[in-house]
Amino acid sequence: MHHEDLTGCAQASLDWLARVANVRRSVCLAVDAESGMLVGLAGYGVRGEDVELFSWSVSDDDGSLVAALSRQQPAQVRGTRGNGHVVRTLAPTPLGVAGPIIAYPLRGTRTHEQALGLLLVRAGVDATPDVEWLISVLGQKMEQIRGRGSLAEELRRLRRERALFYTIINSVTDPILLTDTEGRLIVANARAERLFAATEEESEGRRRAVELNNMLFSAALSRSVVDAPAEARELLLVDPSDGSDLLFEVLSSTVEDPREGTGIVSVLRNISDLRRATEQIEENYQKLRVAEGAARAERDRLNLIIDSVADPIIVTDSGGATVLMNAPAEELFTVGLEAPSSAQRYVQANDAHFSSFISGLLLGESGPGEVRRGEIGLSNPNTGDPVPVEAIAGKVTTDTGELTAVVTILHDRREALERAGLFEQLKVASGELQMRVQSATAELATQNELLRRQAIELEQASRLKSQFLANMSHEFRTPLNAILGYTHMLLQGVAGEVLPNVKRQLTRIDSNGRHLLTIINEILDITRIEAGKMPMQITEFNLNELVPEVMAELDPVISRSKLSVTPRLSEGDHVVQSDRQKVKQIVVNLLSNALKFTHQGCIEVAVVLNPPERTVAISVTDTGIGIAREHHERIFEDFRQVDDSPSRQYGGTGLGLAICRRLAHALGGRIALRSEIGEGSTFTLTIPMEAP
Amino acid sequence: MSQQNQPLILVVDDYQDAREMYAEYLQFSGFRVAEARNGNEAVEQAFALKPDLILMDLSLPGMDGWEATRRLKADDRTKHIPIVALTGHALAGASEGAKKAGCDSFVTKPCLPDDLVVEVRRMLGAARHA
Repeated sequence: MHHEDLTGCAQASLDWLARVANVRRSVCLAVDAESGMLVGLAGYGVRGEDVELFSWSVSDDDGSLVAALSRQQPAQVRGTRGNGHVVRTLAPTPLGVAGPIIAYPLRGTRTHEQALGLLLVRAGVDATPDVEWLISVLGQKMEQIRGRGSLAEELRRLRRERALFYTIINSVTDPILLTDTEGRLIVANARAERLFAATEEESEGRRRAVELNNMLFSAALSRSVVDAPAEARELLLVDPSDGSDLLFEVLSSTVEDPREGTGIVSVLRNISDLRRATEQIEENYQKLRVAEGAARAERDRLNLIIDSVADPIIVTDSGGATVLMNAPAEELFTVGLEAPSSAQRYVQANDAHFSSFISGLLLGESGPGEVRRGEIGLSNPNTGDPVPVEAIAGKVTTDTGELTAVVTILHDRREALERAGLFEQLKVASGELQMRVQSATAELATQNELLRRQAIELEQASRLKSQFLANMSHEFRTPLNAILGYTHMLLQGVAGEVLPNVKRQLTRIDSNGRHLLTIINEILDITRIEAGKMPMQITEFNLNELVPEVMAELDPVISRSKLSVTPRLSEGDHVVQSDRQKVKQIVVNLLSNALKFTHQGCIEVAVVLNPPERTVAISVTDTGIGIAREHHERIFEDFRQVDDSPSRQYGGTGLGLAICRRLAHALGGRIALRSEIGEGSTFTLTIPMEAP
Repeated sequence: MSQQNQPLILVVDDYQDAREMYAEYLQFSGFRVAEARNGNEAVEQAFALKPDLILMDLSLPGMDGWEATRRLKADDRTKHIPIVALTGHALAGASEGAKKAGCDSFVTKPCLPDDLVVEVRRMLGAARHA
């Protein structure tokens, strides 16, 4: 130990103690005889400031530290406060711990006197021989130095300077640090200590924050020394109290001290608020740019909309000057310099018309949202054609009601006028049409009524006709009955023997009477069918059995004709449901026709079945004279034959086929004819297997 | 063959030629014949003579054939007598109307005397068997 000054000696002792005896916290106090104060000399593991600013009056009996000075043996002392010379020093003892502290009295050779100073260590630290040895050495050294009389003066000056120094740097609100070139902390003001120093008792989070800050600071410092020592740099630290970010600007400068070597003084300026403000400004600027972009897009869109409107749009300011117009408006109100003078005049005239319309709105006192409508007669500048427009102008006002612009839309009325004209024409045409329809409807109604009456009359006439024919038939039959009856009686010889020639004449009367009866019966048949009074008697019967019956009925004729009549029946028995008597009547008629119109050859009566269609057909085919195609329809008409002249060759009423066709219809069937002149004929009756 | 044993036929017809024609032929064929010109006469004759068969024309002046038939068929004295209706009306419904009135058979005019005699004989045979 060759430290000449007491402070350096004490500091070296504590450093040695920490190194050798592993005493991590210790403070050395000394008694200043002149001021009567117990003051801090040196400390290890404690805040330097707490040590250097510690002072306690020796005359204060109350303090246990003072009592410890009088003791021979180490004493336990309780924590105590600084005397207020430096208000900040609030720790109970310079040791900065609340727990029990052991105070070793430091004495030189004069062991009976009050101790020269105290060594404070935490209770529980063993008073090893190292500690005992150090205490004696340190006590003797203190006595020695005091003996030279230099202690008090030096210490006091030093303390004053130190106090002043700390007062000054602590009064600076920015953290100030002095570090060695390795970044180790030598001196720090209160602000800096809050950031860079922490005791073991402090919370884990706080210690970590302090550790982090130290690392960050060392890194920043080394960079600044290497890069550009004089330049301010930014340093982001952590607030150990709340963990929030703190941004500092670090100004470092290197100081050369012949005794301490090279140190670095750093002043940290808190610019967190400044940064925040800057960020805020930047953010606002971004927002502004976004807003500006939106506004531009909106304006572009508006322009697009305005330009895409087919109607002219003009925006004028409060003074009536044109601010904006779309392309259709430009066609009306602008003209190129090279345009003919007529176009210039039209544009001027258009301008004048529009201005007078707008001025009414500008001068008139009206609130926002007021819309003015009017019709303006403009002209197309290029052609001079009149362009009648409907102008609709609206005011654009600020929130305070100040007029900023007038927006006018001009609607071309030509189309509307044209439409109105067309509409008028349409109305007239429609009216005419309606009248025509009405008259046509009335006429139609009249005709309908007439038709209805005619239908009724026709029905009545038809009924009367049927009745008339029925009555006539009866009236015919009564005398005919007598004619045929008496003829018959004469032929039977009721009136005696009949001479052969008389008999021949009577037979003529008989056959003509029978013919007349046939005609009457056929007329009656048609009348009944037409009147719907032909009752159907549907029974089941076999068509194959019907054919021989028909042939038997006509046997006398067949025999006379010398023609061969061949039945060709279908295979198997086919039962049909129809009116047997009427089917028979038709076939008899067809066969007797065939016999009548065939002079040589043969006649075939065939029954053909058509199961898919559920129909049966009976056809009569002859090798007779045949019927020309143009007469195929006519022969089915009433009282018709191919030759119906008075001198015709073939007899008959001409009603047979007409009756057959009607009967076939009544049975749900039809009669078809296939024939050519000289080729014979085939009449085919087709009926459903089940009559409707 | 005694005339009294032959069946008596009452011929009712307003048309003289027809009535006399049938009467003559029936007599020629061996029947006894009585005649009536209308419905009233027919009913009177029937009650008075009790004929074996009545030939009844339906269209008659005054009381017609239908009414006369109904009366005769409603009376115990005459209801057993077969009545053959004779009509020139061939329209549908005529025969049904006659049957409804009580006629036992129906013949359409014109009817040859020979055919009528056949029908008369058939009806008499049927009545005898009944």
